[in-house]
Amino acid sequence: MTAVLDDLIHPDKVHGSLYTDQAIFADELRKIWYTTWVFVGHESEVPQANDYVRKRLGLQDVVMTRDKDGEVHLLLNRCAHRGNQVCDDDKGNSGSFRCPYHGWTYRNTGELLGYPYNQGYGGKNKLELGMGKVPRVASYQGFVFGSFAAEGPSLIEHLGAAAGEIDRLVGLSPEGRVGLSAGWLQHKTKANWKLLAENETDGYHPQFVHGSIFGVTGSPIGALYSDSSTAVTRNLGNGHSENDLRPEFRKFDEPMRWFGTTADRVPDYVAAMRETHGEDAERRMIEGAPHVMIFPNLFIAEIQVFNIQPVAVGECIQYATAVQLAGGGELNKRMISQSIGSVGPAGMLLADDTEMYERNQRGVETLTPEWLDVRRGLHREQVDENGFTIGTATDETGMRGFWAHYKTLMEA
Amino acid sequence: MTAVDASEDLVAVPDGFEVREVEQFLFREARFADENDYDSWEALWTDDALYWVPAGGADIDPINQVSVIYDNRNRISTRMKQVRTGKRYAQAPPSNLRRIIGNIELLGGRHNDEGGVDLEVGANFLAFESRQRGNELWGGRTTYRLRRIDGELRLAYKKVVLVDNDKAIPTMAFLI
Repeated sequence: MTAVLDDLIHPDKVHGSLYTDQAIFADELRKIWYTTWVFVGHESEVPQANDYVRKRLGLQDVVMTRDKDGEVHLLLNRCAHRGNQVCDDDKGNSGSFRCPYHGWTYRNTGELLGYPYNQGYGGKNKLELGMGKVPRVASYQGFVFGSFAAEGPSLIEHLGAAAGEIDRLVGLSPEGRVGLSAGWLQHKTKANWKLLAENETDGYHPQFVHGSIFGVTGSPIGALYSDSSTAVTRNLGNGHSENDLRPEFRKFDEPMRWFGTTADRVPDYVAAMRETHGEDAERRMIEGAPHVMIFPNLFIAEIQVFNIQPVAVGECIQYATAVQLAGGGELNKRMISQSIGSVGPAGMLLADDTEMYERNQRGVETLTPEWLDVRRGLHREQVDENGFTIGTATDETGMRGFWAHYKTLMEA
Repeated sequence: MTAVDASEDLVAVPDGFEVREVEQFLFREARFADENDYDSWEALWTDDALYWVPAGGADIDPINQVSVIYDNRNRISTRMKQVRTGKRYAQAPPSNLRRIIGNIELLGGRHNDEGGVDLEVGANFLAFESRQRGNELWGGRTTYRLRRIDGELRLAYKKVVLVDNDKAIPTMAFLI
């Protein structure tokens, strides 16, 4: 594969077959989705002991459970007897699961509890079997990730500088916590997952793809991604990237401008932030929420969180929800309302992004010119004070970071 | 939480609504949507309009849970302005559409905020959508609330419960 990838991934261009080749997709499942840390869900989705919720990790049907001691597990939804699906509800509360096929029961930690007519196995507790589990599960600020690799970098090593962006989001909560408890919109997308990952911090497209909604609402978002914007695109390493909009918001120096409002329109929230964070509250409310793509599938778009999961080489699902800030007061309902307007299958932003993904997929299936160009801004990249490569608001610095890490994983 | 459209809050079918006229209204609304006649479709709505497509269940709390669409009159207007730009790419070019509405029932009356009683109507639908992405068959149950204003029937509420709203669905940028 190494030689092949050297041919397909260059610093300034990537080959179209990366989005269409079944063999490459199969390799990605093995080397990325079933190896590295993948975002699965949030602890706030299983708040109580014995809560559970069905999730996807790559192509896997996973049950995220919280056991009676509070620990979160990712169980593979497959009976150890004949491979039947054990859990059929989307969510619920139960300390155990019973496979409907032959009645085998499992604790919500995956441990086999029992099997009917046990003399057929020589009695109780004779089988060294259990549900499959994602071997490594770790959380950061409640965001739950799973890795199928029994050994490897820790979650915190994988997140690297992107952890600070999650902190920035959580820092907008007066109680220092966020929840993802507002349900998920599920958006079926006929495009390769990488087209989405690349687009999330592509600051070049918003003025074009989203011009229709910026124009009719008078949204200032477009200007953040203009040629004259002072925002930067940052390669955070490990495939993560961000559009750092803070330079623009600092320029205006207005609390809550990042949310398209003013402090006096969300007084309870602003008061709670000042109560908790003192003088630093103003900085937080001026700089706003992050816009960060965390490799391979967690996209935090200010107030929305996306979980991208592949289905096939040319299909994926976008799960999207609204961030809920603990102690966020009136802001939380507004975040839900704004998210409904923006994202999901009818969203006034994401439906257009998704149309582009799907057209892009059809485009890359045509034969020539074979390559996708990712050189934008390569000649003007700089290194910031922390050693990260940065480009301007519209440069493809994030994509280049994505591909560099992708290549490392695929060559391993 | 009481569902926004709990059936136990219904009163008797109010006077002044005739089933044939109601059906004709629903068919007209469907035709405007099918033919992407945004002006005519938007003009059907009352000022206190609510256009709702829930996700992850029929009776979710739309204030604290995300929906596919939860538009008040103002957001309906924004949605229509966006699509009229011709650069709402998810609907440019627009979908080709035809839908069938059936099983129409007059369910009862529901008190509105203006002191009157709206007619609540239930119906099933199947909509066939064609675009370059492919063909899509959409199906579900719609609850409408109709009000007579200056002699004309108007639409105050339309809730569309997709049969598959618990699953991943493709882009739905047309008027469902």
